Order: sequence, then C-alpha cells, then structure tokens
Amino acid sequence: MADVLERVTKIVVDRLNVEESEVKLEASFKEDLGADSLDVVELVMEFEDEFDMEISDDDAEKIATVGDAVNYIKSTM
Amino acid sequence: MILEGKKALVTGASRGIGREVALELARQGADVAINYAGSESKANEVVSEIKALGRKAFAIQCDVANSESVTSMIKEVVEQFGRVDILVNNAGITRDNLLMRMKEEEWDSVINTNLKGVFLCTKAVTRQMMKQRSGRIINMASIVGVSGNAGQANYVAAKAGVIGLTKTTAKELASRGITVNAIAPGFISTDMTGELPEDVQKAMLDQIPLARFGDPKDIAAVTSFLASDASKYMTGQTLHVDGGMVM
Ligand SMILES: NC(=O)c1ccc[n+]([C@@H]2O[C@H](COP(=O)([O-])OP(=O)(O)OC[C@H]3O[C@@H](n4cnc5c(N)ncnc54)[C@H](OP(=O)(O)O)[C@@H]3O)[C@@H](O)[C@H]2O)c1
Repeated sequence: MADVLERVTKIVVDRLNVEESEVKLEASFKEDLGADSLDVVELVMEFEDEFDMEISDDDAEKIATVGDAVNYIKSTM
Repeated sequence: MILEGKKALVTGASRGIGREVALELARQGADVAINYAGSESKANEVVSEIKALGRKAFAIQCDVANSESVTSMIKEVVEQFGRVDILVNNAGITRDNLLMRMKEEEWDSVINTNLKGVFLCTKAVTRQMMKQRSGRIINMASIVGVSGNAGQANYVAAKAGVIGLTKTTAKELASRGITVNAIAPGFISTDMTGELPEDVQKAMLDQIPLARFGDPKDIAAVTSFLASDASKYMTGQTLHVDGGMVM
C-alpha cells in the first residue's frame, strides 16, 4: 500500500510547497508542514478527488497528520 | 461586455430581481444557470431569453434551504459549465407579521430560505471556487437588514445575518482569490413588494430621496459590476441600492 503514501505525499508537496523528505507519517499538517486551517480543508478535497471518495466533515476534522490521512484512506479501500 | 466567458449561477432567477440579474449577466457575456423553487415555466422563459442572446443557460429546480438538493445543484452546474465563476444568492421569501403575532413556522421558513440558503449555496460552491483560485459571490441582502423594519422581524434578522455572513466569508476566502459582497436593495418593484397595500407603498415612497421605486434593472447593474473585474479590490462590502433611503 506504499502507493497511498506516495500519492498523498505528492499532493502534500504540491499544495504546501514542502520537501518530500518532510512529509513523514507523524508530520502534522499544521504544526510541521506550515498549513493553515483552509489549507487542510483543501488537502482533504484533493484527497477526495485523487482517491475518488467522499470524506465527511466529521471525519475530515480528525485528519491532522499525514499518517491520519493515509490510514483513513486505506480504511475505506 | 464585462463578463465574457464567465459561468454563473443565480438562485431564485425565475422572477423579479433574480430574473433581471440573470439576463444582465448574460448580456454581459456570461452563461447562466437559472435556479427556481416552483416556477418551472417562468424559469424556462428566462432560459429561452438567454439562449436568444447567444449564451448558454439551463433551468435547475432546487430548494436552497435543503442541503442535499443544494449539493446536487452545484454538482450539476459544474458538470454542465465546467466551472463556476459567479454565484448570486438571490432566492428569498417574506412572511411578514408583527413580532407578537409571528408564528414559529413563519420565523423558521424565512430564516431557512433567506439565511441558511445562503450558507448552504456558499459552502457548496466554495469547494469549486477554491480549486479555481477565483470566484465572485454576491448576496442579496436588504436595506431593512441595516435599518430594521416593523413587521419583518424574521426577514430583517435573516438579512442582517446575510450581511454578517458576507463579511465573514469574505475574510475566510480572500486568500483564495474569492470575493464576497452583498447588495442591500431598497424598495424594488417585484411580486414581493407588489403584495403590499397601497398606503404602505405610498409611505415608502416618501422616504426615498430619489423619489421613485427601484427597478430590478437597478439591482442587476450593480450585481454585474460586483461580478466583474472592475470590483476586484472590493470584498466584504454591502452596497445600498435604495434611492438614498438609508445613508
Ligand atoms: N423586491 C424588493 O423590494 C427587495 C428589497 C430588498 C431585498 N430583496 C431581496 O431580493 C431577492 C429577490 O427578491 P424579489 O423581489 O425578486 O422576489 P420575488 O419576485 O418574490 O422572487 C423570488 C425568487 O426566489 C425564488 N425562491 C423563493 N424561495 C426559494 C427557495 N426556497 N429555493 C429557491 N428559490 C426560491 C422564487 O422562485 P419561484 O418563482 O420558483 O417561487 C423566485 O425566483 C430576495 O432575496 C429579496 O429578499 C427584494
């Protein structure tokens, strides 16, 4: 399932203008990757498009780190 | 033409102000989705008039107070037009009564259509506009949302709410290239105001420095300005288009 992490990483790198090496599973979008709240909303929207899924507002609020996103996406596959 | 190639959605565009706004956006070069609640044939008339101008248009039924229908309406518009540059939140109703006589149902229906409807349409369209990194949202408030008006507690609360929502949405979305402004019309001749008794209409006229009721065209002209590049350095504002009633 490395594929999910790779695809998530690519989106995060493009959207937040960070280095690929910074996008670790434990990295928090806001604390470590410089995202503001609206950036996180946009990331979730891009995950939805990339993985062709819908993430409810309740679930989206729980996604804080790269690992949260990867695990959530994997759990729905 | 100041809106060449733009894609717009106007809620409540089957009659009155919304109808005139839709036609003006089309005259300025935009393709327009015509939302309505019940007046299917009137909405279709607006569609034909726009097509006669050489622009694309289609009618779409949706109760703006219903979140599921709003989500599918926005999806449909994006599918048909590929993008949404302009949203005009115009759908609105009145259920006038004195506060002491106002039924809870009258309160709820006006708040749901006039305030929650703006929230739902804005939230749904923002997803698309954020991706585009551009968009124009124009909310039809009312001058009574600024001044208050006896007999319209529900309507005034909703319209004052729309003005606050406009400012907050403007702040949240500015960094993504989306502007949000409101128009506060005064007394405009439509079905909504046609229902008022003649003595009330006469009393209103006395309060208008420009000494006439507004025409839907007066509102349409300002809407197309707010939808155009000419207003790109404005956001969070409420423009009074009321013949000078409230200064
Ligand atoms: N006229 C004035 O003097 C005046 C002054 C200040 C502000 N305004 C505001 O301007 C806007 C337009 O007013 P107007 O005078 O043009 O009103 P109108 O002639 O009564 O037309 C109202 C429009 O809203 C639509 N609508 C109503 N409820 C809806 C719902 N739940 N979902 C979707 N569409 C709905 C109607 O569709 P159907 O035809 O299908 O019913 C119609 O197209 C309103 O927000 C109003 O509050 C008007």
